[in-house]
Amino acid sequence: MKIVAVTSCITGIAHTYMAAEALEQAAKKAGYEISVETQGSAGSTPLPQAVIDAADVVIFATDLEVKDKNRFNGKPFLQIGVSKALAEAEAVVASAVASISSAPLVGGSAGPRLSTKVVANERTATRIRKWLMTGVSYMIPFVAAGGILIALAFLLGGYEIALGTAKDDALAAGNLSDVHYWAALCLAIGGTAFAFLLPVLSGFIAFAIADRPGLVPGFVGGAVAGAVGAGFLGALITGFLGGFVALGLSRLKVPNWLKPVMPVVLIPLVASFVTGGLMFIVLGAPIKALMDALTAGLTQLADSGNLPLVGLVLGLMMAFDMGGPVNKVAYLFATGLLATQLANTNPTDPSFVIMAMVMAAGMTPPLGLALATVIRKHLFSNVERQNGKAAWLLGAFFITEGAIPFAAADPLRVIPSIMIGSGFTGALVGIFNIGLRAPHGGLVVFPLVSNPVMYIVAVAIGTVVTALLVLVAKNIKKNPETSDEALEAAIA
Amino acid sequence: MTDIQNVALTSEDIVIVGLVAETKEDATRQLAQTLAAAGRVTDLEGFLVDVRAREEQMATGLPGGIGIPHARSAHVTVPSVAVATSVKGVNFGAADGPAHLIFLIAAPDGADDKHLHILASLARKLVHEDFRQSLREARTGADIAEIIIREVKQ
Repeated sequence: MKIVAVTSCITGIAHTYMAAEALEQAAKKAGYEISVETQGSAGSTPLPQAVIDAADVVIFATDLEVKDKNRFNGKPFLQIGVSKALAEAEAVVASAVASISSAPLVGGSAGPRLSTKVVANERTATRIRKWLMTGVSYMIPFVAAGGILIALAFLLGGYEIALGTAKDDALAAGNLSDVHYWAALCLAIGGTAFAFLLPVLSGFIAFAIADRPGLVPGFVGGAVAGAVGAGFLGALITGFLGGFVALGLSRLKVPNWLKPVMPVVLIPLVASFVTGGLMFIVLGAPIKALMDALTAGLTQLADSGNLPLVGLVLGLMMAFDMGGPVNKVAYLFATGLLATQLANTNPTDPSFVIMAMVMAAGMTPPLGLALATVIRKHLFSNVERQNGKAAWLLGAFFITEGAIPFAAADPLRVIPSIMIGSGFTGALVGIFNIGLRAPHGGLVVFPLVSNPVMYIVAVAIGTVVTALLVLVAKNIKKNPETSDEALEAAIA
Repeated sequence: MTDIQNVALTSEDIVIVGLVAETKEDATRQLAQTLAAAGRVTDLEGFLVDVRAREEQMATGLPGGIGIPHARSAHVTVPSVAVATSVKGVNFGAADGPAHLIFLIAAPDGADDKHLHILASLARKLVHEDFRQSLREARTGADIAEIIIREVKQ
């Protein structure tokens, strides 16, 4: 038998705690587990949601309104005054347990709820972190599953499987005894899993903010962020936007006849239209303009012939938004140049060097973060450490997305660190003047690199720089109360 | 009172052994006077108004023969508990009879969490009969103060 209780009193210095102690003694005597949240003046530590969810019954021994009562939604409860809990604790515990099947449920008859709600009375910074972590924790399995499938595709089919129509051709041929068919299958499924990254990230951030009404605008917004090419930074925006629009709508006072259709039809409809519409209208054109301007700038820079500088800039761009518009400009710039030089026999032509820079810079973010999770485990949450293991493999196969969960969970610390690491690597490739003829990356194209040994050195240095910078950044203004471990316990 | 951080929750000079009082108002006033004399309360009458305001919302007598008049008040300088034992007992409105142990709990208005935690753990102690028993059996104010300071985790 598991009981949770909340106690509170007018002054908040005596009865709150005495009642808590009395209930704990009474429950212990009866052989029950109990956790009490004292909403008194000595600060109140909210019960972990997991503890609330595991409880069989709730006792509210409160003289004040229970704070964030919706955390207990769906639980049978007993409401009494604080004095009664103090005077007759044993009788109160017995009657709470006896009445489980007949007691009213908190929040009316609302059904059981998903368990990732962020508590409302915390510091804003902590709440933002928890919202982000909620989205990230749901996204990580998609990154790992999709990323490993894609890596497997390259292992089986070589990088060529991703070029042109190779994948579709192999799938159409449907030859089960051809390894290329299996490579194409892995690539197709992995790519499909990756298509969920932005919607899941955005959707579960919105969910953490607004609960169920946030899911639809969050998912739709994340998909729109992908459609307009806004990348994971766009998905972070739609997560917050969708969440707060849905939250605002769910708090509107509406006439009774409208209430039944609000959560199922109206809120998802309006919030999705607002979130998706804003992304298309406000971000669509500027992103296009930004990409054009960046491409023009890169062309000019490359014409200057200062290869280390070009490498630095390309590296910074590759790591900035990992799949977003800036990253895409850098990657497309390199593969575009490559396409014009197919007949060129000079292995270190500037076009090939630029391709090599982009590829190396795309590998260091996941590799650097994977290294960081090994060096200082405690700076990362458990899910992040698991993601770190997958990130080794993803980085090795030029799947930069492996770094997105880290960047989304803690953008201000992680993004600058991985940008500098990638910039370093890009510049080193320029200095070493290493070329690559394949429009892809990762271990599978290393044999095509003009100087594999120095290339590995450049990637290794960038990886170490990234890891060290991430660790330094993670130590800046880190509030011990909001460690990732604690946050994770709270949202698990 | 130069270093209020290290002033103990209670001390011998704010404990009254064998209190004689007819009413809870009288008992509360006598205890409050010890707090004022010790410099823990700056304005005796102002503090008593705050305690009465709390008492009027709901009587603070509790089962087991205890009374816990209390208030958060701007007139309190340091979290304190003044204690009285009474052989005859004082009626604090509890259903099961008069209070033989009276705790006047005084919290400063802007007390920090650490101080409020001390008061919270004192409140938790009061629920335990063995704690109350040891206070009833103590013969001197010094003993009572010593028991409270020892038992209430700082």
